[in-house]
Amino acid sequence: MEHIGLTAKDLSVHYGDRPAVKKVSLDFAAKQVTALIGPSGCGKSTFLRSLNRMNDLIPNCKVTGEIWIRDKNINSPSTDVVSLRQKIGMVWQRPNPFHKSIYENIAFGPRYHGIKNKKALDEIVEQSLKKAALWEETKDRLNNSALALSGGQQQRLCIARSIAVKPDIILMDEPASALDPVSTSKIEELIADLKRDYCIVIVTHNMQQAARVSDKTAFFLTGEVMEYDLTQNIFTNPQRQETSDYITGRFG
Amino acid sequence: MAQSFDRQKAKPHIAEEWVGKIVTLLCIALLIITIFSIVYFVASKGLSTFFKNNVNPIDLLTGLKWSPEGEPPFFGALPFIFGSFSTSILAALIAAPLGFCASVFMVEISPKFGRRYLQPVIELLAGIPSVVYGFVGLSVIVPFFRDVFPGQGIGIAAGALVLSIMILPTITTIATDALAALPKGLKEGSYALGSTRWQTIYRIVLPTTLPSLMTGIVLGIARAFGEALAVQMVIGNAPHIPRSLFESASTLTSAITLSMGNTAMGSLANNALWSLALILMLMTFVFVFIVRFLEGRSKL
Repeated sequence: MEHIGLTAKDLSVHYGDRPAVKKVSLDFAAKQVTALIGPSGCGKSTFLRSLNRMNDLIPNCKVTGEIWIRDKNINSPSTDVVSLRQKIGMVWQRPNPFHKSIYENIAFGPRYHGIKNKKALDEIVEQSLKKAALWEETKDRLNNSALALSGGQQQRLCIARSIAVKPDIILMDEPASALDPVSTSKIEELIADLKRDYCIVIVTHNMQQAARVSDKTAFFLTGEVMEYDLTQNIFTNPQRQETSDYITGRFG
Repeated sequence: MAQSFDRQKAKPHIAEEWVGKIVTLLCIALLIITIFSIVYFVASKGLSTFFKNNVNPIDLLTGLKWSPEGEPPFFGALPFIFGSFSTSILAALIAAPLGFCASVFMVEISPKFGRRYLQPVIELLAGIPSVVYGFVGLSVIVPFFRDVFPGQGIGIAAGALVLSIMILPTITTIATDALAALPKGLKEGSYALGSTRWQTIYRIVLPTTLPSLMTGIVLGIARAFGEALAVQMVIGNAPHIPRSLFESASTLTSAITLSMGNTAMGSLANNALWSLALILMLMTFVFVFIVRFLEGRSKL
């Protein structure tokens, strides 16, 4: 399996005339977890959503700049957004399982990308659930509604669902902020596991979480990246006053 | 602040509570009394056909011949029941796909244009008086059917077409609200897996909102079932089961409106019409129960 990273270059996002992200350049390496931290409204979620072109769905939202995967700028009009999104999975703050069975939730993506063979689908469902550490809990009730799962299980299901389409990169927008502490630690363990195969970008409000799970951390403030470094450096030896103030809880 | 709990000071406050309680209670009591009197009135009149005049209810529901003034009189209401059901269901079959597609366009494809211009226009359809629909049906649809298909043009097809336009706003409005109320996360989740817009609409949006869409259809059928004037103008009003969609037929409502003025209160013929009204009312209850059931299921 080839491991692929992602590079954003001078990426800006405007909602109408209002800039939300200002010329951000960041490099996300494969097999690494990168955390995006910063106070609410600093543009980190907007930036994340730009990476798999989810902002295309929002009227009045304009994304300029370049996003490079291998030798392709995916932020160009000629990009096939549908197949791009297969390569870049996404997980949201609130678990959003489809109103279908557990099996159908996972099989949803692969099925519409052309896998019709029942055996192949079964295999994908099992592998994805195993990777998301949900197999043991759900293997006997794959045909039950996904909505009957707990919040934490639903979130792992959503992660399994995005793994099922074999992405290279997984974007996570505060994946644990709606969950209880036990579920949160399960998600964090999962992220550490997934790191072996994927490039993961995670937005989080929880500073400890960023410190625990990420290799590198970018600190966002008012649409700009203030500081981007190894997580260890950011938390122990920040170079800028704003970063230091934020991580010590003086604002935000 | 002990004095603020003083009974003397709190009194106007309590009086206000009581006045409000009594006024709302009176209103709801009036409503309930009205509803129960209507139900009682229709039921007692409608049932007297069976108890006082000894007409067999099975005969009424399954008989094919309707001649209450005849010698001997026949009370077969099946042609009317058939007419009512066939026109309303056919109308829903025509209106439902149109309404769904219109609401998908308004919510998913072109929300700005749809919400601002299309929705008010469709809601306007609901405000047009039914006599206008009937008149248009009589002067446009009926002649058209007469030219194209064998027969007089009047009949179930014309009735269903007129009704379908009348119930289109109901179905479209409910479908639009249901689609708009769908959590944004579900659609994003589907897009993020690399689904196209059509896959998302077809596989996520429609299945998830299905109970609400069904509610719209049932309410549409209920409205079509109860509509009298417009149908009566285009259906022909012959009291038998037609052999084609373009042959004169009748519905429960058209039978009642046509004969009500010509029968004496308390006569057998009059009571028979009340029985038809009773069937209509009971069917409406059934529709309401179906809607309740569907609404319970749509709260996921």
